[in-house]
Amino acid sequence: MPANFDVQYVARLARIALTPAEEEKFAAQLSQVLGYIEKLNQLDVSGIEPTAHAVPLLNVVRPDKVCPSLDNQDALRNAPAKANGLFLVPKIVE
Amino acid sequence: MLNQLSISQLAAQLDRREISARQILADCLEQIHRCDDRIHAFLSCDDADAAAQADAADKSLAAGVTRRQKPLLGIPVAIKDVIAVRGQPLHCGSKILGSFVSPYDATVIEKLKDAGAIVFGRLNMDEFAMGSSTENSAFGVTRNPWDLSRIPGGSSGGSAAAVAAFECIASLGSDTGGSIRQPAALCGCVGLKPTYGRVSRYGLTAFASSLDQIGPLARDVRDAATVLGVISGHDPRDSSSVPVPVPDYAASLDAPIKGLKLGLAKEYMIGGLDPEVGGAVQAAVQQFEKLGAEIVEVSLPHTEYAVAAYYIIATAEASANLARFDGVRYGARVEGADPTDLYCKTRGAGFGPEVKRRIILGAYVLSSGYYDAYYLRAQKARTLIRRDFLRAFEKVDAIVTPTAPTAAFKIGEKADDPLQMYLSDIFTISCNLAGICGLSLPCGFTANPKLPIGLQLLGQPFGEETLLRLARAYEQSAGWRHEKPPALP
Repeated sequence: MPANFDVQYVARLARIALTPAEEEKFAAQLSQVLGYIEKLNQLDVSGIEPTAHAVPLLNVVRPDKVCPSLDNQDALRNAPAKANGLFLVPKIVE
Repeated sequence: MLNQLSISQLAAQLDRREISARQILADCLEQIHRCDDRIHAFLSCDDADAAAQADAADKSLAAGVTRRQKPLLGIPVAIKDVIAVRGQPLHCGSKILGSFVSPYDATVIEKLKDAGAIVFGRLNMDEFAMGSSTENSAFGVTRNPWDLSRIPGGSSGGSAAAVAAFECIASLGSDTGGSIRQPAALCGCVGLKPTYGRVSRYGLTAFASSLDQIGPLARDVRDAATVLGVISGHDPRDSSSVPVPVPDYAASLDAPIKGLKLGLAKEYMIGGLDPEVGGAVQAAVQQFEKLGAEIVEVSLPHTEYAVAAYYIIATAEASANLARFDGVRYGARVEGADPTDLYCKTRGAGFGPEVKRRIILGAYVLSSGYYDAYYLRAQKARTLIRRDFLRAFEKVDAIVTPTAPTAAFKIGEKADDPLQMYLSDIFTISCNLAGICGLSLPCGFTANPKLPIGLQLLGQPFGEETLLRLARAYEQSAGWRHEKPPALP
């Protein structure tokens, strides 16, 4: 496993707050998993194209026409905080 | 005891007006009330809504609506908690969705309802479908109806246990790395993961978008074929669904399998395979030979890299997909000093340990400086794995393997060892990476305790018809489907 795997840093990238106990436990468990994943380095992949998905389709588009979609009330139905038909969030711009 | 019958048996009795949809539903609900406090397959069940659907089905039957028009008319089908049903809760086995209620129906739900099914219940699962035991649900573990001290498999553990415990007639699950087939195997029912693109995922909460498929769990192969026929087909709302015509899966089921070629992959004869599982699979292969199938050895040389490639690709995609659970537009929110603080606290409090581990692993393999070494390399390994299968399918019609290396393990046995848990997916994972179809059906039992063993058939892209035909022929000749959980409360 790479020596520079910093669980605290990556958790921050992923926007997940961890307790110190979680940090310790996940660091150990993920080291094991990363150690196992190293197995892929034994594989010769030179000249092989990557596969992103297995579907024989490319660039699926639809006509640029207005279709029915969720109305405002349905879209806000599960909002943790809302007002005047909008989502309420903490202040973003100072 | 109508809840113990199959779709085809119930359909025949409904069509002769010997029974009503209301009676079938009543028997299912009674079974749930009798035994689900021990099984815990259901997170919730809206009895009144289900009853209204059953009454509507009975009205349609009285009005002369035919089975051809509505193949599932009057049949109760329960739903994994990851698929949206308008007006019903959706938690994905997680706390982070709070009191979420779906504002729309998934395409598969629209299709089930159009086919006359009674869509009911929310079935337990590993949180966001991440797991192989249903122990990762935020709402408690589901127990295996064959032995309440054991896991039902996962992530669709509730979907498999509910069918096995006769709490519903059939169910829907989702399969990203084996999440339909492995619980079906461990609970003794039939489970099918369709080809990538066969079934629309609109309304399925995304885990790993290049791998996820919705599929049926059922009592027997014919029922699985019937449900698959209803939910399949192109959907403009899922751009990864493929416009390939949907065959009449049930119509070709009983064609003989003489002359079909079945592949045995030597790479699947691994050390960790339980001898009883190996023996049952070997006996099934001999049974296929008796039925006239030809057994051919095939090679899938990149099998040993599948688990590693999977846990890079699946976690990378999950880290992107689960970014939407940020406490802004829906679900639970933990307030913070600024937006980033809100996201971190909400996700820290809302996600369980396995989901956190996988998102962190996914973020890491995609992070600057590691993308090529992990994610790109895994996608190349995926090319090789897919190529292995496509080459094998030039020689054979299907490949036969065990579904899982062991029968159901004890609750808690692997709960704190993620790597061991991941390795138990060894036989099912390649199917999703390759985008092909796979089916699990019962092929015997361990001796003591008596636990179901699953046989997996892997088929060509859009080769579900052949898989179902092979499975049906075996099922008819083997008789395992008549076995019932002995200790069922």
